[in-house]
Amino acid sequence: MVDATIKQDGAVMRADRRSSLQKTFQRKSTIAFIMTLPLILLIAILVVYPALYAVHLAMLNKSMQKFVGLSNFTFLFKRETFWMVVWQSCIFALTAVFFKAIIGFFVAHFVHNIPDKGQRKWRGMLLIPWVIPPAMSTLAWLWLFDPSYSAFNWILERIGLSGVPWLGDAYWARFCVILVNVWIGAPFFMIMYLAALKSVPEQLYEAAKIDGANWWQTMRFVTLPMMRNIIMITALFSTIVTFANFDIVRVLTRGDPLDQTHVFATWAFRLGIEGGDIPLGASVSLFMVPILTIGAIFILRDIVKRGNEA
Amino acid sequence: MAEVHIRKVVKKYDEVLAVRGIDLDIRDHEFVVLVGPSGCGKTTTLRMIAGLEDITDGEIAIGGDVVNDVPPKDRDIAMVFQNYALYPHMTVHENMSFGLRLKKFPKDEINRRVDEAARILDIKELLDRKPKQLSGGQRQRVAMGRAIVRNPKVFLFDEPLSNLDAKLRVQMRIEIKKVHQKVRTTTVYVTHDQVEAMTLADRVVVMNNGVIEQVGTPNDLYHHPKTRFVAGFIGSPAMNFIPCKLQDEAGELKLRINDGLALPVPPARAGKYVQHKGNGSVLLGLRPEHLTEARAQLDPGVVAFDANLDVTEPMGMETLVYFPINGETVCGRVNPAAGAKEGAPLKMAADLNNMHLIDPKSGLVL
Repeated sequence: MVDATIKQDGAVMRADRRSSLQKTFQRKSTIAFIMTLPLILLIAILVVYPALYAVHLAMLNKSMQKFVGLSNFTFLFKRETFWMVVWQSCIFALTAVFFKAIIGFFVAHFVHNIPDKGQRKWRGMLLIPWVIPPAMSTLAWLWLFDPSYSAFNWILERIGLSGVPWLGDAYWARFCVILVNVWIGAPFFMIMYLAALKSVPEQLYEAAKIDGANWWQTMRFVTLPMMRNIIMITALFSTIVTFANFDIVRVLTRGDPLDQTHVFATWAFRLGIEGGDIPLGASVSLFMVPILTIGAIFILRDIVKRGNEA
Repeated sequence: MAEVHIRKVVKKYDEVLAVRGIDLDIRDHEFVVLVGPSGCGKTTTLRMIAGLEDITDGEIAIGGDVVNDVPPKDRDIAMVFQNYALYPHMTVHENMSFGLRLKKFPKDEINRRVDEAARILDIKELLDRKPKQLSGGQRQRVAMGRAIVRNPKVFLFDEPLSNLDAKLRVQMRIEIKKVHQKVRTTTVYVTHDQVEAMTLADRVVVMNNGVIEQVGTPNDLYHHPKTRFVAGFIGSPAMNFIPCKLQDEAGELKLRINDGLALPVPPARAGKYVQHKGNGSVLLGLRPEHLTEARAQLDPGVVAFDANLDVTEPMGMETLVYFPINGETVCGRVNPAAGAKEGAPLKMAADLNNMHLIDPKSGLVL
């Protein structure tokens, strides 16, 4: 009798365990986790592992034989070029994002005011710079900037001005790198701002009209506040991408003249791959992380706050 | 406060005529409701008064001044939109004071006006909230508050209650009426709901197909419609239209509905209709409340007939009954105690003292 009860209990426990396992699998959070697992694995392999490996590399000596702690970083702090690259990366990212945002904003308004019929055509054409692979379009720009045979200098000389050493002078080279980045990136801002503009209900503009707002007041009190979140997110996203830019600088100037156009990514490549000091290159690239994290936290916090208010 | 005059106003979109030359005079302090089915041009007319649409032809005057080329902000009007159109990033106070702030009113004056409007609308405790934190009815009040603080010459309402549920709509209707009693600003109100039009308006303007069908007090439109459209549009359930022939039968003017049914025209009406006899088919217009159960003693002008009920709808205080006459389904209103049953016959009575006769060709009430 007792034995039978125990046997029965065992069966009940097994059944319980099976049903609880079933329940776990039926739970929505479990299903969601399983479905996102491929992406999580992909990110782990392609992002998390290389990032951790970079941290590991940054703590080795040049021959990658010895653990040296933070001495790669302290070495960088003492180098003038490092601070120049920090400065150049910031100038590059902030100036480029600023102009991309301004140009994108005005072009978005221009496109928004085109009647629907012709709008698709304009939208398509204006997106072209963003759609062409940057390495290719930058090559075309490289030819345009050529000091002897380029279209720009040819035009300048025709109208009686002297040619400009576009990529030979530090300031002109920085200008060119930013110009090309703005040319490629502005359409992205345009399309994001255009979407934001289209999502502002027409009745708000009509209400503002009746309230007596002029063009500027409508822009300041209706359009901009309504677009604020998109403006912030686009700026953040673009800052991250611009900060980590590699291809434009690499194709256009390779960091020259005299390292005066290097940004983090190209300088890390120069030190790590071309200079053969992979740990030092890894340490340079890791410097982007804290700077971008701080920016992201500030902007995203503001967006969450505003999102809750609205 | 001001009068609004609309003279021969036309609105054309490309080749489509939305408004076909309408004339309308709105008196000072008056509450006028533009009503009609969708696409009839009522909202376009309102938006032309507001200045949100250009006028193709004609003239609109507010307070005696022609405003055809005056921008909306200088017309001294306030508008309440269908979707409220509150600025989502501003608090209720900021929303209501926005227009005044743009006009650089002193701060004390702005606060005084906002407080006064908030008191009238009972939204004082909501002033610091954002629109997202408000219910539909509260948003509607704020939208009205924004209009009131401006102290404009004319209020314009563009279907303001159509986003609210049925119960709230009735509540807000009463609110709007109360507000108009307190703030007697000239009001133009657009709706497609004839009940809203009847309950709110001093005068109702019925529009159809870009023209004004009839202007009049709610009672006037209900009892004396001038066209078949107005007769059918105003009133719920709608007026019944029964095809018949107006003819002389043995010296008496009768409405011949079919071989078995002919209704004698009451002598008081016969003189008016006699000129139309023999003109072929006409439509007899009878409201459901004039088709009731037959009582033992019939009043003069009331005619009894037999009906086979298809459907009955008990409403509590009355029962709606539906039965066929000449293939048309006709609606009547009977006392719940009359014992109306689906599929059963019922002795009905038509009160022809309240009949309308309509020429089906012109659509005019004879």
